[in-house]
Amino acid sequence: MNQAIEVCALPAERQPRALRLLNVLTLLALPVGLYVALVHAGTDTSQGQVQRLFYLHMPAFFGAALAFGGALLASIGYLYKRETCYDSFAVAGVEVGLTLALVNLVSGSIWARPIWNTWWTWDPRLTSAAVMCLTYAAWLVLRNGIENAQQRRRMASVYAILAFVTVILTLIIIRIRPDTIHPAVIGPSAANAQGSFELAATPGVSTALLVNFPIWSLLLPLTLLWHRYRLQLRVEVLEQRKALVLNAPLRPRRGDS
Amino acid sequence: MLRDFLRAALTIAGKDLRAELRSRELLGLMALFALLAILVFSVALELDRPGRQDAVSGVLWVTLLFASILGHNRSVALEREHGGFDALLLAPVARGAIFLGKLLANALFTLIIALLLLPLLTILYNLPDFPPALLLIVPPGCLGLAAIGTLLAAMTMQTRARDSLLPVLLLPVALPLLFAVLRASNAALGNLPQAELQTWISLLLLIDAIYLAAGFLLFEYVLES
Repeated sequence: MNQAIEVCALPAERQPRALRLLNVLTLLALPVGLYVALVHAGTDTSQGQVQRLFYLHMPAFFGAALAFGGALLASIGYLYKRETCYDSFAVAGVEVGLTLALVNLVSGSIWARPIWNTWWTWDPRLTSAAVMCLTYAAWLVLRNGIENAQQRRRMASVYAILAFVTVILTLIIIRIRPDTIHPAVIGPSAANAQGSFELAATPGVSTALLVNFPIWSLLLPLTLLWHRYRLQLRVEVLEQRKALVLNAPLRPRRGDS
Repeated sequence: MLRDFLRAALTIAGKDLRAELRSRELLGLMALFALLAILVFSVALELDRPGRQDAVSGVLWVTLLFASILGHNRSVALEREHGGFDALLLAPVARGAIFLGKLLANALFTLIIALLLLPLLTILYNLPDFPPALLLIVPPGCLGLAAIGTLLAAMTMQTRARDSLLPVLLLPVALPLLFAVLRASNAALGNLPQAELQTWISLLLLIDAIYLAAGFLLFEYVLES
C-alpha cells in the first residue's frame, strides 16, 4: 500500500472573493427570509401560525437533496480520478445535507403536532425521509471506522453512491404511494393528504416561499458546503503532516551524541 | 467472454457450497439463529394471539434479514481468515464474477433458511393454510438481501469494527426491499387485498435489479487492494 498520497493543495488563508460574497449574501438573506416568512406573509386561515414553518421545511429538504447530490457526484468523481479533494467535498456534502435533512424532519414534526395531532407517524414519506437520514448517519460511522485513508475514501464513495437511492426514494415516494397523508406542494396532493394548503389562498404565501426557497435550498447549503470543504482540505493536509512527522526517522537530540 | 465470466462465477459459488457441505458451519449457525429468533418473537407476541398471526410475514423477514447478516459476516470472516479473498483477487477473473459467485452462494444459503422457516412458521404460528404465493416472493427476496449484503459485507470486512458495522450499513439500505417483500407477503397471506400482490412483486423485482446493478458496478471498487 503506497502511503505517499498527494493531498490537494492547502486552501488559501484568505477566502476567495466569491465565497466572501456568498457569506454576505447568506447573512443578509436569512433575516430577510425570516422577516418575510414570519411577518410579511399572511396567517394561514386553516392552519394558523404553525404553517409558517413550511417556508423552512420544504426548502431545507431541497437543500439537503442538493448537498447529497453534491456528495454523490463527488463520490463518483473520486472513484474515477482518485483525488483526495473529491472525497473532501463528499464529506462536506453529507454533513451539510444531514444537517438540513434534520432541519426538515424537526420542522415537519413540529408542524405535524397540531395539524396531524401527532409528532410522528409512519407515513411512507416520513419513513423514507427518516431512512435517508439514518443511511447518511451510517455513512459517517463507516467513515470513522476505517483507518487506511485510501480505503476509507473508497468505501465512503461506494456507500455514498448507494445512499443516494434513499434521496430519490424520498423525492418520488409521494407520487408513487397514493396512501401518504403528506401534502405535495408541487402538483396535486394525494387524495387523503392532511393539512395541505392553497398557495394562492392567503396573501403573501407564495412571495414568502419564493423568497425563502432559494435561501434554504441554494444559498445556505452552498455557503456551508464551501466552508466545510475548505475545512476538510485543511484536515487532510494536517493528517498528512502528522503522518509525515510520526513516520520520520528519529533524530538524536542535541547534546545526546 | 460471457461464458468465461459465468463459469468463473459458478466456480466460486461451487467452492463456497463445497466448503459449506464439508464444514456445515454457516448453515448450522444461521438455522439455529433463525429458530431462536422465531422463539423470541413468539414469546414477545405471546399475549396477542391474533396479532401473532398477523405478524407472521414480519417475523419471517426480520428473522431472514438478521440471519443473512449473520451469514454474510461469517462468510467473509471465513474468507479472510484463510486468505481466500487474496487468492480470489489474484485469480484472473473479473471482479463482477467474484461478486456474482459469492452472491449466488449467499442467496442459496438464505433461501435454504427461508424454506426451512416457512413450514415451521406455518405450524408454530397457526396459519390456516400455507399460501403458495409466498414461494414466488421468497426467492427474489433472498436474492436482493444477498446482493446488497455481499457488497456491504465485503466493505465492512475491511473496517475496524468489522462484524458489528454490517447491520448499521445494511439495514437502512435494505429497507426498501424489506418494505416490498413485507407488503407482498402480507398480500399473499391475505392481510392485504390480493390485487396488491402483483404490484409489490414487480416492485420487488425492480429493487432486486437496482441492487444487482449497484453491486456489479461498485464491487470492483470495494475489493481493490
